[in-house]
Amino acid sequence: MRLTLEKVTKTVREQPYLYGVDLDLAPASFNVLLGPTQAGKTSLLRLMAGLDYPSSGMIREDGTDVTLLGVRKRNVAMVYQEFVNYPSFTVYENIAAPLRRAKRLPASQIDAKVKATAQMMHIDPLLHRLPSELSGGQQQRVALARALVKEAPLLLLDEPLVNLDYKLREELRSEIREIFRHGTTTVVYATTEPQEALLFGGNTIVLDAGRVLQCGPALEIYHRPATIRASQVFSDPPINLIRAVIGPQGCRLSPSVAFPLAPHMRALPPGDYRVGVRAGHIGLAAHAEYGCSIPAKVELAEINGSETYVHAGHGDFQMIALLQGVHEFELGDEINLYLDPCSLFVFDDAHNLVAAPGENVGRTRAH
Amino acid sequence: MALIEFKNVAHSYLRSPARPEDYALRPMNLAWEHGGAYALLGPSGSGKTTLLNIISGLLRPSAGRVLFDGRDITDASTVQRNIAQVFQFPVIYDTMTVFDNLAFPLRNRGVASAEVRSRVSEVAEMLELTNNLRRRASGLAADEKQKVSLGRGLVRFDVSAILFDEPLTVVDPYLKWRLRRKLKEIHKRYSVTLIYVTHDQGEALTFADRVVVMHEGSVLQQGTPQELFEKPTHRFVGYFIGSPGMNFLPCRLSTDGAEVAGQPVPLAATLLTKAPQATGLEIGIRPEAINFSGSGSGLAVEIGDVEHLGTRKIATCRLGEHEIKVVVPPEQPIPSERGILKFNPAMTRLYADGRLVG
Repeated sequence: MRLTLEKVTKTVREQPYLYGVDLDLAPASFNVLLGPTQAGKTSLLRLMAGLDYPSSGMIREDGTDVTLLGVRKRNVAMVYQEFVNYPSFTVYENIAAPLRRAKRLPASQIDAKVKATAQMMHIDPLLHRLPSELSGGQQQRVALARALVKEAPLLLLDEPLVNLDYKLREELRSEIREIFRHGTTTVVYATTEPQEALLFGGNTIVLDAGRVLQCGPALEIYHRPATIRASQVFSDPPINLIRAVIGPQGCRLSPSVAFPLAPHMRALPPGDYRVGVRAGHIGLAAHAEYGCSIPAKVELAEINGSETYVHAGHGDFQMIALLQGVHEFELGDEINLYLDPCSLFVFDDAHNLVAAPGENVGRTRAH
Repeated sequence: MALIEFKNVAHSYLRSPARPEDYALRPMNLAWEHGGAYALLGPSGSGKTTLLNIISGLLRPSAGRVLFDGRDITDASTVQRNIAQVFQFPVIYDTMTVFDNLAFPLRNRGVASAEVRSRVSEVAEMLELTNNLRRRASGLAADEKQKVSLGRGLVRFDVSAILFDEPLTVVDPYLKWRLRRKLKEIHKRYSVTLIYVTHDQGEALTFADRVVVMHEGSVLQQGTPQELFEKPTHRFVGYFIGSPGMNFLPCRLSTDGAEVAGQPVPLAATLLTKAPQATGLEIGIRPEAINFSGSGSGLAVEIGDVEHLGTRKIATCRLGEHEIKVVVPPEQPIPSERGILKFNPAMTRLYADGRLVG
């Protein structure tokens, strides 16, 4: 199904939730709706489902206006953050419910579909159990199976994995990816985590404070975030943003830190900018050609087993550097951090991206 | 401030537990040093919250004793134990202002109002709540409410310990970084014992000095993040820590190394002498300790999916019926279809029946 939203707004009790959202989701596409909490993700999904109606604007399914068509008249499936199942139904009946309700299918076909879907979600040995006898991960598998068995052309997933162990998340994530790789369903998957957008790798919609900031393939947005805010929403750990002055001689970050312009920065007119650098592009070893050294004071070192996140301050800006390997630092240690100017994003006064790093700087091209 | 000890503590939610699996917490001895930052890590149902509730006194264990500084407090109430606890979802009074919410635990204990003001403003500043102090809690966004909830747990610095039960689950990634950092600052400044329950390994490893890994009601391993990453003592720990987890490959031992699917894998010489003649031998190797080699010796594998995750790439390789995940930096090329894998011998571990040999 092609799902199109035109200038869709939603206002609740004079409080705007969504401002003029335009979207065009291709048939059978996998779309990740990425945004922090309160961005408007759930509000948007509810409009897509027909659970709520927009305050203005139009929603089309394959060109047909469905703006004011309720959820019961649409063919859509939805999975929520909480595990929603019928508590008094067995797993089998939970999965069969949408088939029994909507279509007049012969029992043998319902049985075949329920079993096939249960098998796909690896819950076929649990069909006779009640939801209360299942673990959280299993309950969410049942909810997913019930959504899948409908074979609706539009499937909306509202942070479906957030309440699960991260190991279960890993498993379900790759299963979800596999299921929709060759499917015909248009999927919208809402999440707060940039890693999920990259893992699913499909079309990503960056939503923040009720507005769509950017739309496109996940890696493309990762490599070219259109605005400062988009770069923040799409970075975990947070992207480092530093005020910078660019002149003919080079770029200055502070009275003591300056470096010659990297090739991608040379066409920029002199002036005030903000440069963004991801944590993984700040290191302890100097880069051969363009190394820029920043003296900094360690505020915190977090070791995650194989990597170290160093939080350090230079003057009035703070940075997070992701170092490979385990490095012990004490609070207040003076260290030199290095960043490669070739890896810098440059944003102008209006917070728009004006220069992005080349693809070959510790980066890879999307396939 | 206290040393917290478990002496043969066990708990079952059943009236007459018989089998080991009837216990949510199997008999254990544990000690929490004063001033430590601990994480309790494990999947849901592994007994983390049960353990936490026994420390706080919300739950009385069915067996064993709990000691604070050598004093038996098994039957003492939460208040008597002087423990602060922060839960997964905000626990605050909606009708009160943020200030009154933060002041509540202090006023409850009759702290003088000047002291209340200074404590509240200090915590509010740390959590960036200063501008909201006069607002009613009901008007706050979900993550702001959780900050207030955290603040209520942190406002008293004289507690025996502060317990956190997955406090950052409902918070988005950006704020998570800031809040975790605040917690560590507080830990450094007041050297209060923090015990932090989570199922998120990233959170556990970055937060804690010592991580306690739980599975099916037992503690499998306790150690620094580096120890857990480099030398998991159990298969489960290797799988659960790391994303993706450790690769495990069934192997046979030969005179100078191991053999996986008929291909040789070098092993540290000391391992060969230590290895039992048992069955159930497996190589354990972290995806980060494997590299693609252009030529020469190594494991010949088929290369399947490659995931691009920005700061790294994950390649899924196949060796016969086994799957091997390999993590490489984003700029490193990955051969298509076929490749040769080299394991870092210093990071290649041997397991027998799921337990670390070395």
